[in-house]
Amino acid sequence: MYIIDRRLNPGGKSLANRQRFLRRAKAQIQRAVRQTAGERDITDLERGGEVTIPADGVREPSFRRSGEGGVNDHILPGNKRFVEGDTIDRPPGGGGGGSSAGNSGEGEDDFRFALSREEFIDLFLEDLELPDLAKRRLATVEVQGMRRAGYSVTGSPVNLALLRSMRNALSRRIAMRRPKPGDLLKLEEEIAFLEKDGESDKLLELRQKLEELQQRTRRFPYIDPLDLRYRRFEPVSRPVAQAVMFCLMDVSGSMTEHMKDLAKRFYMLLYIFLTRRYKHVEIVFIRHTHEAKEVDEDTFFHSPETGGTVVSSALREMERIVTERYPPENWNIYAAQASDGDNSPNDGATSATLLRDVILPACQYYAYLEVGSDHDRMQAGFINHKTALWQTYETLQDDGSNIAMRKVNHRREIYPVFRELFRRRDAVEAKIP
Amino acid sequence: MSLIREDMLLFHGADWDFGAIQRVYDAIERIALGELGLDVYPNQIEVITAEQMLDAYASIGMPLFYKHWSFGKHFATHESGYRQGLMGLAYEIVINSNPCISYVMEENSATMQTLVIAHAAFGHNHFFKNNYLFKEWTDADGILDYLEFAKSYISRCEERYGQNAVEKVLDAAHALMSHGVHRYPRKKRPDLRSEERRERERQIHQEQTFNDLWRTLPSKGKAPKSALSDERRRALLELPQENILYFLEKSAPRLQPWQREILRIVRQIAQYFYPQRQTKVMNEGCATYCHYRIMTRLHETRQISDGAFLEFLQSHTNVTRQPEYDDPHFGGINPYALGFGMMQDIERICTQPTAEDREWFPDIAGCDDAMGVLRDVWTNYRDESFISQFLSPQLMRQWRLFHLLDDPDRPELLVEAIHDERGYRRVRRALSRQYDVGWSDPDIQVADVDLAGDRRLILHHHVLNRKLLHKDDAQRVLQMIANLWGYDVVLKEVEASTGAIFQEHVSHPHETLF
Repeated sequence: MYIIDRRLNPGGKSLANRQRFLRRAKAQIQRAVRQTAGERDITDLERGGEVTIPADGVREPSFRRSGEGGVNDHILPGNKRFVEGDTIDRPPGGGGGGSSAGNSGEGEDDFRFALSREEFIDLFLEDLELPDLAKRRLATVEVQGMRRAGYSVTGSPVNLALLRSMRNALSRRIAMRRPKPGDLLKLEEEIAFLEKDGESDKLLELRQKLEELQQRTRRFPYIDPLDLRYRRFEPVSRPVAQAVMFCLMDVSGSMTEHMKDLAKRFYMLLYIFLTRRYKHVEIVFIRHTHEAKEVDEDTFFHSPETGGTVVSSALREMERIVTERYPPENWNIYAAQASDGDNSPNDGATSATLLRDVILPACQYYAYLEVGSDHDRMQAGFINHKTALWQTYETLQDDGSNIAMRKVNHRREIYPVFRELFRRRDAVEAKIP
Repeated sequence: MSLIREDMLLFHGADWDFGAIQRVYDAIERIALGELGLDVYPNQIEVITAEQMLDAYASIGMPLFYKHWSFGKHFATHESGYRQGLMGLAYEIVINSNPCISYVMEENSATMQTLVIAHAAFGHNHFFKNNYLFKEWTDADGILDYLEFAKSYISRCEERYGQNAVEKVLDAAHALMSHGVHRYPRKKRPDLRSEERRERERQIHQEQTFNDLWRTLPSKGKAPKSALSDERRRALLELPQENILYFLEKSAPRLQPWQREILRIVRQIAQYFYPQRQTKVMNEGCATYCHYRIMTRLHETRQISDGAFLEFLQSHTNVTRQPEYDDPHFGGINPYALGFGMMQDIERICTQPTAEDREWFPDIAGCDDAMGVLRDVWTNYRDESFISQFLSPQLMRQWRLFHLLDDPDRPELLVEAIHDERGYRRVRRALSRQYDVGWSDPDIQVADVDLAGDRRLILHHHVLNRKLLHKDDAQRVLQMIANLWGYDVVLKEVEASTGAIFQEHVSHPHETLF
């Protein structure tokens, strides 16, 4: 008898099967994920969790008898009062007495199972794709890195290739017939032995030989600068997928907490999304009233501020940061602006020009999210009144710029809007030079 | 005195270690081989975690298996069920192989490990080694090697032909698994080891004899067709054929060799599991009876403590509980309960027969060698024959079994027979029939095909008791057959006695497989 402890064996034997299963049921799982995401808080999105898909797509059919119809025999335990020949009214629902034939298989119920967080997010983002992701910029954006490239005879001591150097020294010593320490030692012993018997020709000869060898040893050092080799590195440029995300937000008094919350959710979605697509994503927060400032996240969302509203100030700030830190040839730039739509009347033209001439050409994508208060939706009867900023941006959009705009009043609308803004648009691709 | 008693215990408390398992195993082995006279394969006991148990569940308990999405699906179900606490996991899984592998869970208590070893490593093991069905149909020596071969073969196919192509064949083969077994011995017994060798040799032979020149030879004109008689044609194709997978593997005109090999692999595995489906009651009955005897003996000889014995009894009675038909927990007849009940009953008949027993079982009543009789039973019967031979009137009375007939033509259900003098034989016959797979599986056969003509494959379902196939599923499976076959397939549901046709399903192939 053998007892084998298998507990330390690597687990996850079923992983490959699970991936096959997910691939198989992908369409249904995706639908389920989308639905789940709609119901959930966005802060919960990264959590993964249970989804339910219709059993139909992953059914494993077989030839089996249908549970209904036909003559059925039931052998049941626990008879209390029946005698042969008794008749029993059929129980409602048409089933047999007690159980049906018991081969109804896995039933027609929905199939529930849990997705991991990674799987959930991947599926969640699968059918979205940033519009100009395949832009040639992505391929040409390059960063310099170092790569090992053989050995060199010069270099800094930290890069000394010890093994290679010692190998060179060894082969040099062999080639130059540098005497081995053992040989010298043997010779010395022999001399010492002969010395006991007094001088002789042999001794003289040996002494001379020893002298010769010692000289040779000195002439060919054990290790020589010639032997040294250094690990060589060469610079390579590799394409890098990095993106910067600009969050622009109006923080003037007219923006309520509710509106900021909406904006925050949108930014979070965008962030999750970008981190999936790019190896490295940076975020820049710019808040503005009548003047704009780059701030950290906490200040961005929580610190109160008062003042007027001049949108172009934020755009200028963004322009400055872009030129200083994020040259468009190295960075994929995404911008999302959230505002309640107010802008000072004389700023509209300035903002439009700035956007058209400077910001939009540098951006991969510019999303404008107009947040409204919850009760805005009550006034459904009114003709939708367009805010100042909306009107400004609308003209840009009509010109065919890569700007997308939506209005959101409630947080359950965030996700659909996000989807809509970032869905694949193969048709539009041709427009960008 | 009490010191000695303490020392005789195999383990103390609930925790186990490998030393304890070894002691327990040795103690059980003495009882099992000595007193019960069991004959077992060498044992290999493997300790696994819950996670690994879930893995094992997903691949129908086998230690290694090829990859398929359906196993992923089962894993997902079990996993979410287990994580939410909706279901517990089995204490053990035992594999019919030589050596016999038993998986035991690490979280089992020492008592449970003892129970599991007695149940699986000796009870099931003895049954696997001795029952005639297992001897006939399974190859315990070769199964692990064959699974290894199957796994690597299928993954090589995936590399070569793509996951999708392989998946389609596997899907179809799985759907037909229940109709991919030979029910009667054929001329040559399947030997899994030689299966693998055969496949390898065939490939080597092909490589060695490959000559590109053959390809360039002009082909002769087609040989003149000889008009075969229908009879002869069917005989050549071995029709009618109830092993649909076998038929497709051998005769489907458009399958690639690797597709045939995959069908063959699934068929071999279905055949390997075929005996298990027919011996559920006996197999569990045998294992349960053995563990009960062994645990009782361990307790009698004071090798396990009273507490451990009570823990065992609690779990044992849970397993062998049979709710009555009007109990909300009733879910059919519990094979553990029926098997264990009948084994105990046989023991009673052998040792303390009543007059009734002497009349019903003259061969064994009072023979006093219960273990001899039981070993003979375990060797030579399957569920259906076992029940029709050995279900005693006393047990039927004890269970209060009755037979209820549900005929849609009648307005009411009819009590056909009960546990009385007039009913014993009829109840017993009806019950044993329910364990006959030939009766409970729909009887579907390949009836005819004209390979020289339109190649339309005709299947017949011989309808029993007017029970038709599940329509939706039948249509799906038929589609898969059509895809494998490459031409139209029709399934006729035929009344067995009159030949009247209830229903016809037709399916046309999608050209996806080729």
